[in-house]
Amino acid sequence: MNKEQIMKRLAVLDFIAVDLQLYLDTHPEDMEAIDKYNSVIKEADMLRMKYEEIIGPLYSFRSSNNGDTFKWIDDPWPWQPSANFEINEEEN
Amino acid sequence: MWIYEKKLEFPIKIKKTDPALAKVIISQFGGPDGELAASLRYISQRFAAVTPESKATLSDIGTEELAHLEMIGTMCRQLTADANIDEIKKAGFDAYYVDHGLGVYPASASGVPFTAAYLQSKGDPITDLYEDMAAEQKARSTYEYLMNLTDDPDVLEPLRFLREREIVHFQRFGEALQNVKAYMDSKRQFVIDKPDYMNGNKSKCMKCR
Ligand SMILES: [Fe+2]
Repeated sequence: MNKEQIMKRLAVLDFIAVDLQLYLDTHPEDMEAIDKYNSVIKEADMLRMKYEEIIGPLYSFRSSNNGDTFKWIDDPWPWQPSANFEINEEEN
Repeated sequence: MWIYEKKLEFPIKIKKTDPALAKVIISQFGGPDGELAASLRYISQRFAAVTPESKATLSDIGTEELAHLEMIGTMCRQLTADANIDEIKKAGFDAYYVDHGLGVYPASASGVPFTAAYLQSKGDPITDLYEDMAAEQKARSTYEYLMNLTDDPDVLEPLRFLREREIVHFQRFGEALQNVKAYMDSKRQFVIDKPDYMNGNKSKCMKCR
Protein backbone atom coordinates (compact mmCIF):
# COMPACT_ATOMS: atom_id res chain seq x y z
CA MET A 1 0.00 0.00 0.00
CA ASN A 2 1.31 3.46 -0.84
CA LYS A 3 0.80 6.59 1.28
CA GLU A 4 -2.41 7.61 -0.43
CA GLN A 5 -3.93 4.14 -0.21
CA ILE A 6 -3.11 3.93 3.50
CA MET A 7 -4.67 7.36 4.16
CA LYS A 8 -7.81 6.47 2.23
CA ARG A 9 -8.30 3.07 3.80
CA LEU A 10 -7.76 4.41 7.32
CA ALA A 11 -10.22 7.25 6.70
CA VAL A 12 -12.83 4.70 5.63
CA LEU A 13 -12.21 2.38 8.58
CA ASP A 14 -12.21 5.22 11.10
CA PHE A 15 -15.41 6.60 9.68
CA ILE A 16 -17.14 3.23 10.04
CA ALA A 17 -15.78 2.97 13.59
CA VAL A 18 -17.03 6.45 14.58
CA ASP A 19 -20.44 5.79 13.10
CA LEU A 20 -20.76 2.33 14.65
CA GLN A 21 -19.64 3.66 18.02
CA LEU A 22 -22.46 6.20 18.03
CA TYR A 23 -24.90 3.50 16.96
CA LEU A 24 -23.71 1.19 19.75
CA ASP A 25 -24.06 3.98 22.31
CA THR A 26 -27.82 3.67 21.90
CA HIS A 27 -27.93 -0.01 20.82
CA PRO A 28 -25.39 -1.57 23.20
CA GLU A 29 -26.86 -5.05 22.84
CA ASP A 30 -26.71 -5.37 19.06
CA MET A 31 -24.32 -8.33 18.75
CA GLU A 32 -23.95 -8.02 14.98
CA ALA A 33 -22.88 -4.38 15.31
CA ILE A 34 -20.46 -5.24 18.12
CA ASP A 35 -18.81 -7.88 15.92
CA LYS A 36 -18.53 -5.46 13.02
CA TYR A 37 -17.17 -2.74 15.34
CA ASN A 38 -14.53 -5.09 16.73
CA SER A 39 -13.35 -6.25 13.32
CA VAL A 40 -13.17 -2.68 11.94
CA ILE A 41 -11.20 -1.50 14.99
CA LYS A 42 -8.84 -4.43 14.62
CA GLU A 43 -8.07 -3.65 11.00
CA ALA A 44 -7.76 0.07 11.76
CA ASP A 45 -5.33 -0.62 14.62
CA MET A 46 -3.03 -2.55 12.30
CA LEU A 47 -3.26 0.06 9.57
CA ARG A 48 -2.52 2.80 12.11
CA MET A 49 0.82 1.18 12.82
CA LYS A 50 1.61 1.15 9.11
CA TYR A 51 0.43 4.78 8.78
CA GLU A 52 2.72 5.92 11.58
CA GLU A 53 5.64 4.00 10.15
CA ILE A 54 5.26 5.35 6.61
CA ILE A 55 3.53 8.74 6.97
CA GLY A 56 4.08 10.01 10.50
CA PRO A 57 2.74 9.99 14.07
CA LEU A 58 -1.03 10.08 14.63
CA TYR A 59 -0.78 10.07 18.42
CA SER A 60 1.96 11.80 20.34
CA PHE A 61 2.04 9.16 23.04
CA ARG A 62 3.83 6.41 21.19
CA SER A 63 7.43 5.45 21.89
CA SER A 64 7.86 4.07 18.36
CA ASN A 65 7.21 7.56 16.91
CA ASN A 66 10.60 8.94 17.70
CA GLY A 67 14.08 8.07 16.56
CA ASP A 68 16.67 10.85 16.55
CA THR A 69 14.07 13.62 16.53
CA PHE A 70 10.63 14.33 17.99
CA LYS A 71 8.64 13.57 14.83
CA TRP A 72 5.30 14.74 16.29
CA ILE A 73 6.05 18.35 15.35
CA ASP A 74 6.75 17.61 11.69
CA ASP A 75 4.64 19.08 8.88
CA PRO A 76 2.10 18.56 7.48
CA TRP A 77 -0.56 19.24 10.10
CA PRO A 78 -4.13 18.18 9.24
CA TRP A 79 -5.21 21.60 7.93
CA GLN A 80 -2.40 21.69 5.37
CA PRO A 81 -3.50 20.44 1.92
CA SER A 82 -0.53 18.07 1.67
CA ALA A 83 -1.83 16.12 4.70
CA ASN A 84 -4.99 15.30 2.75
CA PHE A 85 -5.96 13.31 -0.31
CA GLU A 86 -8.49 13.85 -3.07
CA ILE A 87 -11.59 11.78 -2.76
CA ASN A 88 -12.89 11.60 -6.29
CA GLU A 89 -9.81 10.29 -8.08
CA GLU A 90 -10.66 6.62 -7.79
CA GLU A 91 -14.29 6.85 -8.84
CA ASN A 92 -13.44 8.62 -12.11
CA MET B 1 -9.30 13.63 28.95
CA TRP B 2 -8.98 14.01 25.24
CA ILE B 3 -6.23 12.74 22.97
CA TYR B 4 -5.54 14.51 19.71
CA GLU B 5 -5.23 12.54 16.52
CA LYS B 6 -3.19 14.27 13.85
CA LYS B 7 -5.55 13.83 10.90
CA LEU B 8 -8.94 15.09 9.72
CA GLU B 9 -12.12 13.03 10.02
CA PHE B 10 -12.73 13.71 6.32
CA PRO B 11 -10.06 14.91 3.85
CA ILE B 12 -10.02 18.55 2.73
CA LYS B 13 -7.95 19.69 -0.21
CA ILE B 14 -9.30 22.94 -1.67
CA LYS B 15 -7.52 24.23 -4.77
CA LYS B 16 -9.48 27.41 -5.49
CA THR B 17 -9.02 30.50 -3.29
CA ASP B 18 -12.43 31.93 -2.39
CA PRO B 19 -12.50 34.37 0.56
CA ALA B 20 -16.21 35.10 0.04
CA LEU B 21 -16.93 31.46 0.81
CA ALA B 22 -14.67 31.45 3.87
CA LYS B 23 -16.62 34.44 5.14
CA VAL B 24 -19.83 32.40 5.32
CA ILE B 25 -18.37 29.00 6.22
CA ILE B 26 -16.79 30.59 9.32
CA SER B 27 -20.31 30.55 10.78
CA GLN B 28 -19.98 26.81 11.33
CA PHE B 29 -16.80 27.53 13.29
CA GLY B 30 -18.08 30.13 15.75
CA GLY B 31 -21.65 30.95 14.72
CA PRO B 32 -24.99 30.26 16.47
CA ASP B 33 -25.40 26.73 15.05
CA GLY B 34 -21.73 26.00 14.58
CA GLU B 35 -19.51 23.14 15.63
CA LEU B 36 -17.94 24.93 18.60
CA ALA B 37 -21.37 25.59 20.10
CA ALA B 38 -22.34 21.98 19.38
CA SER B 39 -19.29 20.46 21.04
CA LEU B 40 -19.44 22.76 24.05
CA ARG B 41 -23.17 22.09 24.46
CA TYR B 42 -22.78 18.30 24.59
CA ILE B 43 -19.61 18.13 26.64
CA SER B 44 -21.21 20.49 29.16
CA GLN B 45 -24.58 18.75 29.29
CA ARG B 46 -23.14 15.26 29.75
CA PHE B 47 -22.36 15.91 33.43
CA ALA B 48 -26.10 15.87 34.17
CA ALA B 49 -26.86 12.80 32.04
CA VAL B 50 -28.55 9.88 33.84
CA THR B 51 -28.28 6.76 31.67
CA PRO B 52 -25.21 4.98 30.29
CA GLU B 53 -26.58 5.39 26.77
CA SER B 54 -27.03 9.16 27.02
CA LYS B 55 -23.70 9.70 28.80
CA ALA B 56 -21.91 7.88 25.99
CA THR B 57 -23.90 9.62 23.24
CA LEU B 58 -23.20 13.12 24.60
CA SER B 59 -19.50 12.34 25.12
CA ASP B 60 -18.98 10.80 21.71
CA ILE B 61 -20.98 13.30 19.67
CA GLY B 62 -19.37 16.16 21.65
CA THR B 63 -16.01 14.71 20.62
CA GLU B 64 -16.97 14.27 16.97
CA GLU B 65 -18.09 17.91 16.83
CA LEU B 66 -14.54 18.93 17.75
CA ALA B 67 -13.32 16.99 14.72
CA HIS B 68 -15.89 18.93 12.66
CA LEU B 69 -14.64 22.22 14.13
CA GLU B 70 -11.20 21.26 12.84
CA MET B 71 -12.63 20.53 9.38
CA ILE B 72 -14.37 23.91 9.21
CA GLY B 73 -11.23 25.74 10.35
CA THR B 74 -9.29 23.86 7.68
CA MET B 75 -11.76 24.88 4.97
CA CYS B 76 -11.61 28.56 6.00
CA ARG B 77 -7.83 28.46 6.06
CA GLN B 78 -7.44 26.77 2.70
CA LEU B 79 -9.97 29.11 1.06
CA THR B 80 -8.02 32.19 2.14
CA ALA B 81 -4.35 31.21 2.63
CA ASP B 82 -3.28 32.43 -0.84
CA ALA B 83 -5.68 35.36 -1.17
CA ASN B 84 -4.18 38.68 -2.30
CA ILE B 85 -5.46 42.11 -1.26
CA ASP B 86 -7.45 42.53 -4.46
CA GLU B 87 -9.28 39.22 -3.92
CA ILE B 88 -9.87 40.09 -0.27
CA LYS B 89 -11.45 43.41 -1.22
CA LYS B 90 -13.53 42.01 -4.06
CA ALA B 91 -14.85 39.18 -1.89
CA GLY B 92 -15.97 41.55 0.85
CA PHE B 93 -13.53 39.80 3.14
CA ASP B 94 -11.89 43.12 4.07
CA ALA B 95 -13.88 43.70 7.27
CA TYR B 96 -12.89 40.27 8.60
CA TYR B 97 -9.33 40.83 7.37
CA VAL B 98 -8.98 44.03 9.40
CA ASP B 99 -9.93 42.26 12.62
CA HIS B 100 -8.36 38.84 12.11
CA GLY B 101 -6.10 38.88 9.04
CA LEU B 102 -6.15 35.42 7.55
CA GLY B 103 -6.48 33.82 10.97
CA VAL B 104 -9.43 31.61 11.83
CA TYR B 105 -11.56 33.32 14.49
CA PRO B 106 -14.75 31.88 16.04
CA ALA B 107 -17.43 34.25 14.77
CA SER B 108 -20.65 34.05 12.79
CA ALA B 109 -20.99 34.87 9.09
CA SER B 110 -22.28 38.29 10.12
CA GLY B 111 -19.21 38.89 12.28
CA VAL B 112 -20.65 38.31 15.76
CA PRO B 113 -17.98 36.73 18.01
CA PHE B 114 -18.71 33.33 19.51
CA THR B 115 -20.75 33.38 22.70
CA ALA B 116 -21.81 30.62 25.11
CA ALA B 117 -25.29 32.17 24.89
CA TYR B 118 -25.71 29.99 21.77
CA LEU B 119 -26.12 26.95 23.98
CA GLN B 120 -27.84 25.78 27.10
CA SER B 121 -27.03 23.24 29.78
CA LYS B 122 -30.19 23.00 31.81
CA GLY B 123 -29.38 20.19 34.23
CA ASP B 124 -32.49 18.35 33.05
CA PRO B 125 -31.56 15.41 30.81
CA ILE B 126 -34.82 15.50 28.86
CA THR B 127 -34.77 19.25 28.28
CA ASP B 128 -31.14 19.04 27.18
CA LEU B 129 -31.77 16.26 24.67
CA TYR B 130 -34.67 18.16 23.11
CA GLU B 131 -32.32 21.11 22.66
CA ASP B 132 -29.72 18.82 21.11
CA MET B 133 -32.13 17.45 18.54
CA ALA B 134 -33.14 20.99 17.55
CA ALA B 135 -29.49 22.01 17.40
CA GLU B 136 -28.69 19.19 14.97
CA GLN B 137 -31.53 20.27 12.69
CA LYS B 138 -30.33 23.88 12.77
CA ALA B 139 -26.82 22.76 11.85
CA ARG B 140 -28.24 20.67 9.00
CA SER B 141 -30.13 23.70 7.63
CA THR B 142 -26.97 25.80 7.86
CA TYR B 143 -25.01 23.25 5.84
CA GLU B 144 -27.74 23.24 3.22
CA TYR B 145 -27.60 27.04 2.93
CA LEU B 146 -23.82 26.87 2.62
CA MET B 147 -24.10 24.22 -0.10
CA ASN B 148 -26.45 26.54 -2.00
CA LEU B 149 -23.66 29.12 -2.05
CA THR B 150 -20.97 27.12 -3.87
CA ASP B 151 -20.34 24.85 -6.85
CA ASP B 152 -16.76 23.98 -5.92
CA PRO B 153 -16.67 20.18 -5.48
CA ASP B 154 -13.65 20.49 -3.14
CA VAL B 155 -15.91 22.45 -0.78
CA LEU B 156 -19.17 20.65 -1.47
CA GLU B 157 -17.88 17.20 -0.56
CA PRO B 158 -16.88 18.03 3.03
CA LEU B 159 -20.04 20.13 3.47
CA ARG B 160 -22.13 17.20 2.32
CA PHE B 161 -20.31 14.90 4.72
CA LEU B 162 -20.91 17.30 7.63
CA ARG B 163 -24.58 17.70 6.75
CA GLU B 164 -25.03 13.93 6.82
CA ARG B 165 -23.37 13.69 10.21
CA GLU B 166 -25.94 16.15 11.62
CA ILE B 167 -28.70 13.82 10.46
CA VAL B 168 -27.04 10.86 12.18
CA HIS B 169 -26.54 12.89 15.37
CA PHE B 170 -30.20 13.92 15.34
CA GLN B 171 -31.17 10.25 15.09
CA ARG B 172 -28.88 9.21 17.96
CA PHE B 173 -30.09 12.02 20.23
CA GLY B 174 -33.66 10.93 19.49
CA GLU B 175 -32.78 7.42 20.61
CA ALA B 176 -30.98 8.74 23.70
CA LEU B 177 -34.09 10.78 24.53
CA GLN B 178 -36.32 7.69 24.30
CA ASN B 179 -33.83 5.85 26.49
CA VAL B 180 -33.88 8.59 29.15
CA LYS B 181 -37.68 8.81 29.06
CA ALA B 182 -37.95 5.04 29.58
CA TYR B 183 -35.57 5.32 32.50
CA MET B 184 -37.59 8.17 34.04
CA ASP B 185 -40.83 6.22 33.63
CA SER B 186 -39.48 2.98 35.07
CA LYS B 187 -40.49 2.02 38.60
CA ARG B 188 -37.81 2.98 41.05
CA GLN B 189 -37.45 2.78 44.77
CA PHE B 190 -36.43 6.01 46.42
CA VAL B 191 -34.33 5.85 49.55
CA ILE B 192 -34.55 8.96 51.67
CA ASP B 193 -32.23 9.55 54.58
CA LYS B 194 -33.95 9.71 57.96
CA PRO B 195 -34.24 13.24 59.28
CA ASP B 196 -31.93 13.99 62.18
CA TYR B 197 -34.66 13.98 64.88
CA MET B 198 -35.39 10.31 64.09
CA ASN B 199 -31.79 9.40 64.70
CA GLY B 200 -31.64 11.16 68.03
CA ASN B 201 -28.92 13.28 66.51
CA LYS B 202 -29.10 16.81 67.93
CA SER B 203 -26.39 18.24 65.74
CA LYS B 204 -27.43 20.95 63.32
CA CYS B 205 -24.31 20.43 61.29
CA MET B 206 -25.27 19.41 57.77
CA LYS B 207 -21.92 17.83 57.11
CA CYS B 208 -21.74 15.89 60.43
CA ARG B 209 -23.50 12.68 59.56
FE1 LIG C 1 -23.70 17.37 15.01
